[in-house]
Amino acid sequence: MSTHPTLAKEKKDIHQPFLARIIKVLPQIQDHLLFQIKFEDPGIASNFIYRPGQFVELSVMGTGEAPISISSSPTRPGIIELCVRKIGRVTNALFGLPMNSLVGIRGPYGNGFPIEKLEYNNLLIVAGGLGMAPLRSLLWYALDNRTKFKDIILMFGAKTPDEMLFKYELLKLINRPDVKCLLTVDKDEEGIWKAHFGVVTKLFDYVVIYPAETYAALCGPPIMYKFVIKELLKRNFSKDRILMSLERKMKCGVGKCGHCSIGYKYTCIDGPIFTYWDAMNLPEMIE
Amino acid sequence: MQILKINKKDLNEFILSLNNFGEVHVPVKKGDKKFVFSKLTDLSRIELEYTRTILPPKKYFHPPTDTLFKFSQEEGYQSFTEELTKKYVIFGVHSCDIHALKILDLVFAGGFVDSRYFTRRKNAAIIGLDCTPDDKCFCRSMRADFVEDGFDLFLSDIGSSYLVRVGTGRGDDMVRKTKSLFKEVNKKDIAEYKKRSDEKKNLFKADIELSDLPEIMDLEYESKVWEEIGKECLSCGSCSMVCPTCYCYDVFDEVDLDVNHGIRKKQWDSCLFKDYALVAGGHNFRAERSSRVKNRFFHKQRGFVAQYGRPSCIGCGRCIEVCPANIDIIEVINRIRGVKL
Repeated sequence: MSTHPTLAKEKKDIHQPFLARIIKVLPQIQDHLLFQIKFEDPGIASNFIYRPGQFVELSVMGTGEAPISISSSPTRPGIIELCVRKIGRVTNALFGLPMNSLVGIRGPYGNGFPIEKLEYNNLLIVAGGLGMAPLRSLLWYALDNRTKFKDIILMFGAKTPDEMLFKYELLKLINRPDVKCLLTVDKDEEGIWKAHFGVVTKLFDYVVIYPAETYAALCGPPIMYKFVIKELLKRNFSKDRILMSLERKMKCGVGKCGHCSIGYKYTCIDGPIFTYWDAMNLPEMIE
Repeated sequence: MQILKINKKDLNEFILSLNNFGEVHVPVKKGDKKFVFSKLTDLSRIELEYTRTILPPKKYFHPPTDTLFKFSQEEGYQSFTEELTKKYVIFGVHSCDIHALKILDLVFAGGFVDSRYFTRRKNAAIIGLDCTPDDKCFCRSMRADFVEDGFDLFLSDIGSSYLVRVGTGRGDDMVRKTKSLFKEVNKKDIAEYKKRSDEKKNLFKADIELSDLPEIMDLEYESKVWEEIGKECLSCGSCSMVCPTCYCYDVFDEVDLDVNHGIRKKQWDSCLFKDYALVAGGHNFRAERSSRVKNRFFHKQRGFVAQYGRPSCIGCGRCIEVCPANIDIIEVINRIRGVKL
């Protein structure tokens, strides 16, 4: 991480949250909102340098902190976007805040995607359900640095069109010639879905993949990892070229509090991005 | 290293002079059989022959609860730094506990340095004291029965005197404050020190073979032993609380009645607690007690070795002493090794 000096390492207290204002809230699917957040202090805002795949610890005063992956791309500085599911104590409180409220943010944390390795390769992004939240950062990073990547393929599966995160934004990519955007749903009771149907692995039928020149970035439910990895290994992917974003209870974010340990790694500093090789060699990594 | 000696009859005078360097804390009795580190109030209460304290010295640097911030809508999160710079002299720390502090130093350093911990570390002097192992001590197996650094001064019994190793400039300041009490060591003193050191190793009754333990832990990851121990364990977390190298903590907010102000606190946590790996939404990554027990042993003897190059155990025997279910780490490791007891 030496090429990305992070704010978190420079400040005095490792648990110090900085005040940030919610400037816009964009509805997503049921119980999911995309929060646009801006640091109050412009100095902190300009020093907040992150890479796709990293996360922040979000504080809502009085309720504590929760780890949230960053959904925006560092290529679009000034604000950070957090796609949040209303699920626990902190996120419930967040959803109840009025517009322009202040929250606390510290970070960015985690290793993020190894961008330097990914560049000048093909990029295959495979997302399932909420897994799109951290991968959206990588997708836009690659699209905004289009010349630094060869083919870009997105495969994204959701249960129904109503449960597809960033649906309208991603539908627009289908017609974009420099990215292959494959979206699939399990079912569509309204009968208006025009893209693909079925599980995300079915989308492999529509692409040609060159495993030696491709990195795959995965995020989704455990069952998706299982089947997507099977497809990738069948195509002779190196386990080092399969990158997966994993989730644990990242409480402190700085490798101290212990809660996110898996075997002998901490998800918060050694991850959340792991190669499949690392993942398969750690006990209790994939459930 | 500068090595001196102090006559035992002069020790009290020396300890009193330590007040110049901070609030002196010493091992004292608590109840009939237990010991604790506590503020020096009465020289006669100092227990130089104590076995082990209930809580290790980590309580001074990584306190059981610690207020990190005061927060309010207007001011945001303001660091709470009261007491951080209070000076202490902790007298009578055993070699194993000094090793434990060095292990905690590794954890709280790294890419993200915990300045609260290191401010407290800097402000506390450590005066080590040698000891006689009892039947629960296995520090020799954990290579923590002797210590070369991590103390300002270290006192070793050589009969009528203590041999005093001076580890830091602050230790040297302490010596110079009561200069007349300290003498040069002679050949006889050195011979006595070596004799006692040599004899100490024969006093250990408990032993763990350490060299191939990480591999054995990997090989026996699916062992039924973990389920058996899971059935015995009460998930009370006492072993973590008394462990000098356990550092897990929780962070949470406490709100004032006016709702607009509050404090953010840090508190010791244990990986044995049921909600330790429980995340929002209800998924628990270690719902089974056996998986939590396994994780604790695995992390100490395997995971920590991979991360920091040594196990996060110093063989103090506190977890053996405190466990209400009589789970004994030595026995657990022997069971994993397949050693018949």
